[in-house]
Amino acid sequence: MAENNQVGGPAIGEGNAVYEVSSVSYSYEETGALDDVTFEVKAGESLALLGANGSGKSTLLKMMNALIFPSSGSVRAFGEELSEESLQDEGFSLAFRRRVGFVFQNSDAQLFSPSVWEEIAFGPLHLELEPGEVEERVEATVHILGLEHLRDRPPFHLSSGEKKKVALASVLAISPEVLLLDEPTAGLDPKTAGFLARLTVQLAAAGKTVITATQDLALAKEVAGRAIVLGEDHRTAGDGPAARILGNRELLLSANLIHDHPHSHAGMEHYHPHSHLEEHHHGDEH
Amino acid sequence: MAEAGLSIPEWMRKKPIDAGVSRNGRRRRTSVVERTISGLSEALRSSIFSERIAARPGLLQRIDPRIKILGFLTLLIAIGLIHSPFILLGLYAGTVLLAAMSRISPGYFVKRVWLFIPLFTGVIVLPSLFNIIRPGDPLVTLWDFGRDVHLGPWLLGDSLAVTRQGATGAVIFVLRVAASVSLAVLLTLSTRWPDLLKALRVFHVPRVFVLIISMTYRYIFLLLGLATDMFTARRSRLAGVSTPREDRRFVTGSMGALLGKSQALGEEVYAAMVSRGYSGEPRTLNRFSLAGRDLVFAACVAILAVAVIGGDRIIG
Ligand SMILES: Nc1ncnc2c1ncn2[C@@H]1O[C@H](COP(=O)(O)OP(=O)(O)O)[C@@H](O)[C@H]1O
Ligand SMILES: [Mg+2]
Repeated sequence: MAENNQVGGPAIGEGNAVYEVSSVSYSYEETGALDDVTFEVKAGESLALLGANGSGKSTLLKMMNALIFPSSGSVRAFGEELSEESLQDEGFSLAFRRRVGFVFQNSDAQLFSPSVWEEIAFGPLHLELEPGEVEERVEATVHILGLEHLRDRPPFHLSSGEKKKVALASVLAISPEVLLLDEPTAGLDPKTAGFLARLTVQLAAAGKTVITATQDLALAKEVAGRAIVLGEDHRTAGDGPAARILGNRELLLSANLIHDHPHSHAGMEHYHPHSHLEEHHHGDEH
Repeated sequence: MAEAGLSIPEWMRKKPIDAGVSRNGRRRRTSVVERTISGLSEALRSSIFSERIAARPGLLQRIDPRIKILGFLTLLIAIGLIHSPFILLGLYAGTVLLAAMSRISPGYFVKRVWLFIPLFTGVIVLPSLFNIIRPGDPLVTLWDFGRDVHLGPWLLGDSLAVTRQGATGAVIFVLRVAASVSLAVLLTLSTRWPDLLKALRVFHVPRVFVLIISMTYRYIFLLLGLATDMFTARRSRLAGVSTPREDRRFVTGSMGALLGKSQALGEEVYAAMVSRGYSGEPRTLNRFSLAGRDLVFAACVAILAVAVIGGDRIIG
C-alpha cells in the first residue's frame, strides 16, 4: 500500500498543508453543528478531533470529505477549495476521492455490497483502477485485516467489530494519503479496539495523514500527535500537542470529555475529575 | 453528563410486582402485521434478489447478462403479441423449465411468481369478466334480474353473468402476466445485482435512472430492516399479547419515524458510496465477454420468438 495515486494537485511532501479549514460554520436546517472553526493539517500529521456527542466531529469530517459544504468559511484540500462546483469536475473529484478515505461512524451506512469481497473492491473499482490491481489490493487488504474467512459473507450480518474491520478495509484498499476515521473504536470490544488503534498507529507511521474523531481519550493518546478539541458550543476549544491537550483537565472538563462522578469508598461518597485515561488510585488520603 | 444530583426515583428501585419467571400457559402470538413485515422483507430478499441463487452454477447464471436482458426483452415482446392461451401456457411452462435448469426449485419459483400476479392482474381482470362491463355470451349466470336493469342512462342488461369472451380474455391476460413476471423474476434471480445494473448501462439506460434503481434497491432493504428492528424492539418491551388494533396503531404511529430514519440512513449510504468514488456509473470486476453458449442462447431465443409468433398466427 506504499504506492500512492499521484493524480492532480501539487506533490505532497512532509510539512505541506493538506487541509486548510478557515472560519467554517455549518448548520443543519435550524441546528448549528460547527461555529467558526479554523485549523490546518500538515501532511503526515496524526490528529485527534476530540469532542462530546453532538459537538460537530462527524459534521467536520464529512466536510473534509467533501460530502457536505460549509455554510460559511472555506475548506481547502491539497490547495484546492472544496465546493460543489470543484467536486463536479471529474478529474478533481477522482483525484480527491483517491487521496482521501473516510471510515464512517455508522458501519451499516458504509456497507452496502452483496459480499465482503465486493465491498472492499467497490472503492478501487469505482476509482478506476485496473482490474488486476483491484484484485491484488483487495486480497492484500483482506489479509492485513484477517478477513479471509468472511470474504463471501454479506456484510449486513457480521458482528459490529467485523463490520468495522470491513469498513476500514474498504477504505484502505483505496490506499488514500489521508484517512478520516469517525469514532473508529466506539462500541467495540477491547481486543478489536486495540487492534484498530495499533493499525492506525502503523498507518500514521507509514506516512498517512490520519484524522481521528473520537471521545476515547485513551485512543487519542495512543494514535495522535496533535489534538483539537471541539466544545459543546461547536467552536474550537483547544488545539495543540496531544500530550498537552490531554493533560489539561480544565479544558477536557469544559468540553465534557471527562466528568466529575461520585465514587463510593467504604461508604464515603466523593467527587473528583475522572478521565478513564489512566487508572486512578485512591491512596490513604481518605 | 453525570449530574451530581442524579438520583433514581423510588419506583425504579422497586422490584417488578412479580419478579419470578413463571409460565401462565398463554401464548404470545406474533401478529399479522409483524409477520407481514418480516415476511415481506425475507420474501423480497430471497425471491427477487437472492445472491445465493445468482451464484449457483445453473444455465441462466452462466449466460452473459447483456444477452440475457436482450433475450428476455425479445421474449417479453413476443408474449405481448401472442393471443393463443395454449402457446402462452407453453411459454409459461418454459419459464418453469428454465428455472429448473438454473437450479431454482420449480415449486419455490412458481409459488413466488403467483404471489405477485394478483397484484398486477386483480383490479384489471375482475370487472372485465362480467357482462355488465364487457358484453358477450354468458358462460355462468350469477343473478337473473328478470327484467332489464338501468343504472341512470346505462342499460345493464337482464342478468349478471360471466361471459365466455370475458373469461377467455382473463385467462390470456393472466397467462401473459404470469409468463412475463416469470421472466422478470428469472432475470433478477439468476443475475448478480451489480452485474444487472452494469448491463443496463451497456444499453445506454441513463446513469440517473440506474442510480435511482440502485438506490431504491438499497432503500427498500434499509426500510424493511429498520421496520423489522422496530418491531423486535417493541416486542421486547411488550409483556402481554398485543391486539391487531394496537399493532396497526403502532404501524401508523411509527411510519413517520421509520421513513425519517430510513431516509437519514439512505442519505448516509449514498454519501458513503460517493466517498469511495461512486458517480452513478456501476462498475464490477466481471468484464462481460461473449462465449459460445451466449450465442447459442441468443439463437434459441430468436428461433423461439419467431416460432411462437408464427404459430400464434397460424392457430389464431
Ligand atoms: N443530518 C442531520 N440533520 C440534522 N441535524 C444533525 C444532522 N447530523 C447532525 N446533526 C446535529 O448537528 C450537531 C453535530 O452533530 P455531529 O456532527 O454528528 O456531532 P458528533 O459527531 O460530534 O457527535 C448535533 O447537534 C446533531 O444533532
Ligand atoms: Mg459523530
